[in-house]
Amino acid sequence: MLKMARQLVQRDLLLALRRRSDALLPLAFFLVTTTLFPLAIGPDSILLRSVAPGIVWVAALLASLLGLQRLFADDHADGSLEQMLLAPQPLEILVLAKILAHWLTSGLPLLLLAPLVALQYGLDAQALGVLWLGLLLGTPVLSLLGSIGAALALGARGGSVLVALILMPLYIPLLILGSSAVVAAGDGTGSAPHLMLLGALLAGSLAATPWATVAALRIAHE
Amino acid sequence: MGLSCHQLTCRRGRSTLFSGVSFVLQPGEALWVQGRNGSGKTTLLRSLCGLALPDRGAVHWEGKPILATRSDYHAHLLHIGHADGLKQDLLAWENLALGGLSGSQSSREDAERALAELGLKAEAQRPVRLLSQGQRKRVALARMLLEPARRLWILDEPLAALDQATAAQVGGILQAHCERGGMLVLTTHQDPALPGARRLQLGAEC
Repeated sequence: MLKMARQLVQRDLLLALRRRSDALLPLAFFLVTTTLFPLAIGPDSILLRSVAPGIVWVAALLASLLGLQRLFADDHADGSLEQMLLAPQPLEILVLAKILAHWLTSGLPLLLLAPLVALQYGLDAQALGVLWLGLLLGTPVLSLLGSIGAALALGARGGSVLVALILMPLYIPLLILGSSAVVAAGDGTGSAPHLMLLGALLAGSLAATPWATVAALRIAHE
Repeated sequence: MGLSCHQLTCRRGRSTLFSGVSFVLQPGEALWVQGRNGSGKTTLLRSLCGLALPDRGAVHWEGKPILATRSDYHAHLLHIGHADGLKQDLLAWENLALGGLSGSQSSREDAERALAELGLKAEAQRPVRLLSQGQRKRVALARMLLEPARRLWILDEPLAALDQATAAQVGGILQAHCERGGMLVLTTHQDPALPGARRLQLGAEC
């Protein structure tokens, strides 16, 4: 069972490697949008420091939406999703494997880029640490919740816009907690509660989203 | 006890694709589903797999409804549909060894051997997007050789796009599967050369 999941992760990573432009596009988008803001706002270091967390989180959220629609759409088009549905292994495990592969190619690189972005906003080490922890807990939630949207929009026309509309409201708690954690770390009230709530969001969505996604995938195939 | 279905009915919108389809398939038997384009052959096959829900009737495997014993049923089932389930950017052998193949666990050697048997020795190392339609079909069909233990094969147009020699070879593989006690449901517009196959005509009334 786990071997099949591992093979699926391996396959998706290999596919991402063969089609590097698809995986790199959201990252380039993240980097470019976060770079535009300091240029537009100007070199006011206090202002930049205070808007940085919000901007980084919004950019991460939009970047994650970019490639999301293809999470299942490619597999749906070429018939491999049908084969997944016919696998004797529980589909929830296979869906989790696909989400893991998606996070490894979309969420993890954002974590690696975050220090570079923080440099542009003059964030200190402590703020960067909290931002980084927040992204570490939050980006898997983006992929997990995103899988529901991607599965629901399967086969719909204008799928990518639909995915964005379905998911934006779901992402709001993540956005608030993630950026307020950095703010709280800066003003001395402590970021622990925010990070714990982010962790709770991660645990909750890890438990619940595979079922919802599987239900949506089965509906899309009937 | 094998695959059985009782009074299967499928509708598309207001029109009925087929109704009252019943059959029992025992080990060693083959069923050749025939019918004109649009008569519901693919829909019937998808219903048999559990991918589509029939509007009326039910499909049973070993006497139990397939939706209740889904993972057990799917462990015995090999379905090769219209969409070949191949990734364009993966090599042919990678597609067989890694890719979305309903729980198969085959090594690189197995995959390459199966491809060589279907005449794709050199093509095994090429990305699928560089292969012709017929060669892609052969890559998809190589799964039959990788999973001989699956007892029920449901194949949608396995002979389409194949040249005559390969079609005959595939016919031989299907024949051998039935002789081993396997079950087979297929649609094709060519003669699959299965002398013992029963025929099921869809949309005969029109």
